[in-house]
Amino acid sequence: MSTTAQSCTPQGAAKAMFDELDTFIDSLGIDKKSNRRKGDLIRILHQAQTIFGYLPEEVQIHVANRLSIHHSEVSGVISFYNYFTTEPKGKCHVAVCMGTACFVKGADKILAEFEKELGIKAGQVTEDMEFSIDIVRCIGACGLAPVVTVGEKVYGRLNVADVKTILSQYKSEVKA
Amino acid sequence: MKLERINTPKELLERYKAYSCMLGLRVDGGAKNTAFEREILVCGGTGCVSSDSSIIVDNLNEELAKHGLSGKIQVIKTGCFGFCEKGPIVLVQPDNVFYTMVKPSDAAEIVESHIVNGKRVERLLYEEPSMKQKIEKSKDMPFYKKQMRIALRNCGIINPENIMEYIAADGYQALSKCLTEMDGDAVINHMKQSGLRGRGGGGFPTGVKWEAAKKFRSPEKFIICNADEGDPGAFMDRSILEGDPCSVLESMTIAGYAVGADIGYIYIRAEYPLAIHRLQVAIAQSREIGMLGKNILGSGFNFDIELKFGAGAFVCGEETALIRSIEGKRGEPTTKPPFPAESGVWEKPTCVNNVETYANIPPIILKGAQWYSSIGTEKSKGTKVFALAGKINNVGLVEVPMGTTLREIIYDIGGGIRGGKEFKSVQTGGPSGGCITKENLDTPITYENLTAIGSMMGSGGMIVMDETDCMVNVAKFYLEFTLDESCGKCTPCRVGNKRLHEMLTSITEGKAEPNTMEKLEALANTIKKTSLCGLGQTSPNPVLSTMRFFRDEYLDHINNHKCTAGVCKNLMSYHIIEDKCVGCTACARNCPVGCITGKVKQPHTIDQEKCIKCGACYQKCKFSAIEIR
Repeated sequence: MSTTAQSCTPQGAAKAMFDELDTFIDSLGIDKKSNRRKGDLIRILHQAQTIFGYLPEEVQIHVANRLSIHHSEVSGVISFYNYFTTEPKGKCHVAVCMGTACFVKGADKILAEFEKELGIKAGQVTEDMEFSIDIVRCIGACGLAPVVTVGEKVYGRLNVADVKTILSQYKSEVKA
Repeated sequence: MKLERINTPKELLERYKAYSCMLGLRVDGGAKNTAFEREILVCGGTGCVSSDSSIIVDNLNEELAKHGLSGKIQVIKTGCFGFCEKGPIVLVQPDNVFYTMVKPSDAAEIVESHIVNGKRVERLLYEEPSMKQKIEKSKDMPFYKKQMRIALRNCGIINPENIMEYIAADGYQALSKCLTEMDGDAVINHMKQSGLRGRGGGGFPTGVKWEAAKKFRSPEKFIICNADEGDPGAFMDRSILEGDPCSVLESMTIAGYAVGADIGYIYIRAEYPLAIHRLQVAIAQSREIGMLGKNILGSGFNFDIELKFGAGAFVCGEETALIRSIEGKRGEPTTKPPFPAESGVWEKPTCVNNVETYANIPPIILKGAQWYSSIGTEKSKGTKVFALAGKINNVGLVEVPMGTTLREIIYDIGGGIRGGKEFKSVQTGGPSGGCITKENLDTPITYENLTAIGSMMGSGGMIVMDETDCMVNVAKFYLEFTLDESCGKCTPCRVGNKRLHEMLTSITEGKAEPNTMEKLEALANTIKKTSLCGLGQTSPNPVLSTMRFFRDEYLDHINNHKCTAGVCKNLMSYHIIEDKCVGCTACARNCPVGCITGKVKQPHTIDQEKCIKCGACYQKCKFSAIEIR
């Protein structure tokens, strides 16, 4: 994770993040001449998204340069996979599971309630950048359906009334 | 912990003998010279961890320390027990007492009452709902009685983060046997004789797949484990990786030995952080003891495994797309032939098998092909793991011999339909499969039988639906999934499914033309015939199967604008039953658009023009005075 003393200025913070990414890429020992160098691209993008929170164009170009491949190839991979995002997410990221088990147990109503409470649609971020909502396809906790994750915390066996309770915890946290 | 390298089969056997006491309290007839008086096993699968099972472990350890029992009683976090409905699960051994729905705050009572005073905690025991009887041992529970655990044999028994326990559970003996007693052809023949077929969905014979990869000569070959479990509602692969990761590593090594490959990739979903963690631990420990790396067990055979991460693309479960993804490309499928056995990763011969398939292999090698082929039916051998979910009482993971009927799984093991509702259908095969109705509940489950009744085995997800599920809406749900996941490479899948979805939407909104059924059928069949890969070829299946078995429901939507399940909003309206309404005003106060009027203590009415059909009044009414028409 990106924790650094330089992070008091935005430029310093950005530099520290790029340094962290570079350290990771260096550790992979990629041979820039090998035609297999792209094999590590998805792994690098995962790491970059962990560090930056999303994959803006400057990060994409940086990764492309480090692998000696075209920016378009990096961008093409990012747009193909759902897991990668080029837009920043909220501080509290709500992921509503829309796997079949959750769906038949009313996940659509849970999602609608989150959308109503936060005033945004799935895939969007609130104006203050505090909350965002996404739909995910099956996190494999079907026994707890319907399931929602907020950050890394999993909430299972939900009903519509639980949505407000869950959000209120995070709202007070955000304010504090 | 420091692990010493195991250099020869003989050393492995010695290590097995030394470690076997570790499972002494957990298996029947196990070695008795164990270091502990009792063991408390806590489920560490994703489901139970989500319900705070890690805190239960901490609390148990804390309570044991308070009573000065830390050295005598061991707490172990295992893989999934399968009975997710009743999680978190805590099992006390050797007493074999199975506690269900345990909360972190129950730790004190378990230690105080059971461990210290020898008195079971009655309230945490499983209660059999029909007999209202408490059951203490898992083997007496209907959920476990009909199960036969081969792929899941170690889940819920061993600590998945301790390779010594895997060795104690016969781990690496199958690999040792292959390396010392068999050559590649013998291993492949053994697999062919066992009749094991791919558990990821296709059902292709595993031995034949290996034979094909062996046939092609190349200085470099690859073994792949497909752990991109994308089928929503299936979670057996995740449970195996979380509960018994080493068995997958061992089997991949055996596959490598059989086909002549020295590198293996596990392609795993990024959405499974716990499984990734357990695999990383297992790979590190396997390298440390020399079960991965150079000169395994002194045989001269080298094999190593690397993790490759998916990034949320369902189509990557298709082997050619998966291979593109491993190469760091967009996961678009390619035409076959050439098959991966000839030209896979980096255009080298590649053998792709799924997690559950691998988990079956060590027992097949150790107990023999004949033992395995004696289980199941003529063409579908062995067992299959199913993930039971949806409107069923016992949600969880079950492993049964092939040929078991759906009725046995849903009613005997699954405990029937939740809330006493009527069974409507069970969906198998995920977005590529179909719905099975009650007429076919007594069909023995085999690859062929499921295909014959319009569905498919798939990876083993089983979603049970009741009378309140609208089948048109379910078909629409699956199609939405396919739309999201279609890679867009070929037109039938990209555009065709979009049109199918539009037609289904028009049906659920009551705007469909009378001939929509014929148009749906024609387009669905065209998509099946003309799509490039498995995803497109099977994407219309949920539509075709629901149209076949629930034709009346479709026609009711189209002709009568009626959704009997009460799901399609545009086709229903809320009405207040005058006789039942007591005029409590709860509905009117909760209506977000103020369309309910009426005086206190007098029947209310809903203005249908203004009503947005949100259902708030229906939920709030305590007198069942609101009906859906």
